Amino acid sequence: MFRNQYDNDITIWSPQGRLHQVEYAMEAVKQGSACVGLRSNTHVVILALKRSPGELASYQKKLIRIDDHMGIAIAGLTSDARVLSTFMRAEAMKSKLLYDRPLPVFRIVSAIGDKAQVNTQRYGRRPYGVGLLVAGYDDAGPHLFECAPSGNFFDYFAISIGSRSQSAKTYLEKHYEAFADASVDDLVVHGLRALRDTLQQDKELNINNCSIGIVGKGIKYHTVEGEGLQRYLDLLSEADTGAGGGGAPAQADEGATPMETDM
Amino acid sequence: MLSHATSCPVQAPVEHRFSPYTDNGGTTLAIAGDDFCVIAGDTRQSEGYNINTRYAPKVFQLSNGAVLATGGMYADAVTLMKRLEQRLEWYRHQHEKEMSCGALAQMLSTILYHKRFFPYYVWNTLGGLDEEGHGAVYSYDPVGNYEKHKWNCSGSAGHLIQPFLDNQIGFKHQLANATSLTIPQVLKITKDAFTSATERDIYTGDYLELFVVTKEGITKEKFELKKD
Amino acid sequence: MDYFPGNWGNPRTGGETYGPVSHKAMPANHATPTTRTQQPIVTGTSVLGIKYKDGVMLAADTLASYGSLARFRDVERLIKAGDSTVVGASGDISDFQHISHMLEKILIKEYNTEDGHKLYARHIHEYLSRVMYNRRSNFNPLWNSLIVAGVRDRDGGKFLGFVDLQGTTYEASTVATGYGSYIAQPLLRKAVEGREDTLTEEEAIKILDDCMRVLYYRDARSLNKIQRATVNASGVTITEPYELESEWAFAEGIRGYGATE
Repeated sequence: MFRNQYDNDITIWSPQGRLHQVEYAMEAVKQGSACVGLRSNTHVVILALKRSPGELASYQKKLIRIDDHMGIAIAGLTSDARVLSTFMRAEAMKSKLLYDRPLPVFRIVSAIGDKAQVNTQRYGRRPYGVGLLVAGYDDAGPHLFECAPSGNFFDYFAISIGSRSQSAKTYLEKHYEAFADASVDDLVVHGLRALRDTLQQDKELNINNCSIGIVGKGIKYHTVEGEGLQRYLDLLSEADTGAGGGGAPAQADEGATPMETDM
Repeated sequence: MLSHATSCPVQAPVEHRFSPYTDNGGTTLAIAGDDFCVIAGDTRQSEGYNINTRYAPKVFQLSNGAVLATGGMYADAVTLMKRLEQRLEWYRHQHEKEMSCGALAQMLSTILYHKRFFPYYVWNTLGGLDEEGHGAVYSYDPVGNYEKHKWNCSGSAGHLIQPFLDNQIGFKHQLANATSLTIPQVLKITKDAFTSATERDIYTGDYLELFVVTKEGITKEKFELKKD
Repeated sequence: MDYFPGNWGNPRTGGETYGPVSHKAMPANHATPTTRTQQPIVTGTSVLGIKYKDGVMLAADTLASYGSLARFRDVERLIKAGDSTVVGASGDISDFQHISHMLEKILIKEYNTEDGHKLYARHIHEYLSRVMYNRRSNFNPLWNSLIVAGVRDRDGGKFLGFVDLQGTTYEASTVATGYGSYIAQPLLRKAVEGREDTLTEEEAIKILDDCMRVLYYRDARSLNKIQRATVNASGVTITEPYELESEWAFAEGIRGYGATE
């Protein structure tokens, strides 16, 4: 492990102008399994690679529903994410209670930014050890944000976080121009490809090790996991064998049903 | 200090003392069938001799298997509904499933009793399906006392409709043997009951909203009542 | 004689039988117990609202009464809240001014967020209903009946809603507060119900002016100086106060008005 003269206390600067504790927290995000998010003009899709601690254990949950219009993907300390998601859910409910409107995505993201920032400045605090991808759809359209332990947050067309996420980022950067007008299925297939690039050599995507969250115009946020994934994995292999490159998969049924059966 | 009361320059023009409560009238009803439940309520909102609006829904779908009909003070009913919706949402977050109708019934009672000394002035009727898939009706008083039955009518025309239901749904005082009713039969009885209640009760009228809960889901229907 | 007002009406010693006197009701460092609004003081009378073809319209007079005294004759009771909402108030004027400060606060916060969201009439109505309900639940009501009118939400549409001091809410195509609910509401319903999407702006103005005139004749706490607020596609417009024509010649022949015998 590194040791550093200036990393004992969160409130102490290093002479290089860095807060080492904050940077270590950012490292915690990179330890988490990969999450990918991408959006079109109407929808947002988040995908995550699930890990299990062993043969006898279940896979760790990576996507959390916040409200009908919002969900998050997490990388890093799951328990920290639970605290944040509870906060987000409570805020979402408050917005409905007080104004009868879904919580605007930007506001909850900046509220999380404010909460995270406090932990980077106050003595005795610890930064959150988790990174979030926030996917949401509100009056202002679809949104995809990344929230970091530093208190920073960014608005994206497409992004990935977590271990080996650079490979996914490379894929997304190459293809993001095609996302704007893509269908939900296209987005998912692009997302799966990006996610696949983060896998170790001998691993493959299957219905157990990934999950997909979808939200957008006319579609409430819902998580696709287990058997429900098969359709998307099939689309992925179809697209691979068919068009080869960045071709769009065939249009399949999408629409109102997924949100109704989400409960 | 003594002269204070008499030297008060202003007398309250209309109200003399603040009351936190009001009664907005309205009638609600729920009838359980073998494998369905009908929940209905009129949409008139009144205050004294005024009709505030002809359309203020007071029957709310709470989940895929439960519908709540409220009557009494509308502001309290709306607040209660918002609390219930939040509790149901937390339940969904935590358990990733809908709360059952029976659990919801107990929770509603608890929520109401927690305000025992400043009650929600609301008469609730909860309709849905029980664990076996049979229709279930629960009715409440404002402080959470509740009971499960097969049919119930409460609100401003409750005393007009309840005996009618006892006869038509429960076959009370009839020589005929009790038989199971179908959804269309129950809907017809409900509409007739409200049409008649509208004639006699000034707080009931305008529109009737009917919800039918079956295992396939919930359907909603709107029916016109007299608007005078 | 006990000189602490907080002990008045309470058992002399308190203590054993009834416990100590609550210091919530009687803070130690205050000379008098906490008090709550029990009645409105300076009041405004009716507000009327209707939907018409292009939007919604409100009307209210500019009088603020102190009991039966016509105390302030140029108080504006219709306010603009955001780009697409107006709020009209009857009841206690100072409570309403407090409400308009609260609205100003949330609207500024909304504006400064700069995330493309706006508070529309529906949201403002919901917010006011929660404020009013919470205040009534703490037995500290804001003594008003409020009418919220404007563009429903981002998708457009008309909104006309009501909130009062008990938190009662409703929406309708015609609304009226105070005396207006007895005198003007029947006239408004007759003129508007079923014609919400066909009434022209001119017709809507006439309906409201006529109703305000009837109220001026019959409501002793009203004034013939009124304002109208309109919300439609071109935004919010609130007229300057203007006078309604009224006819009092008949009074000449009535004993007690003009005639001496």
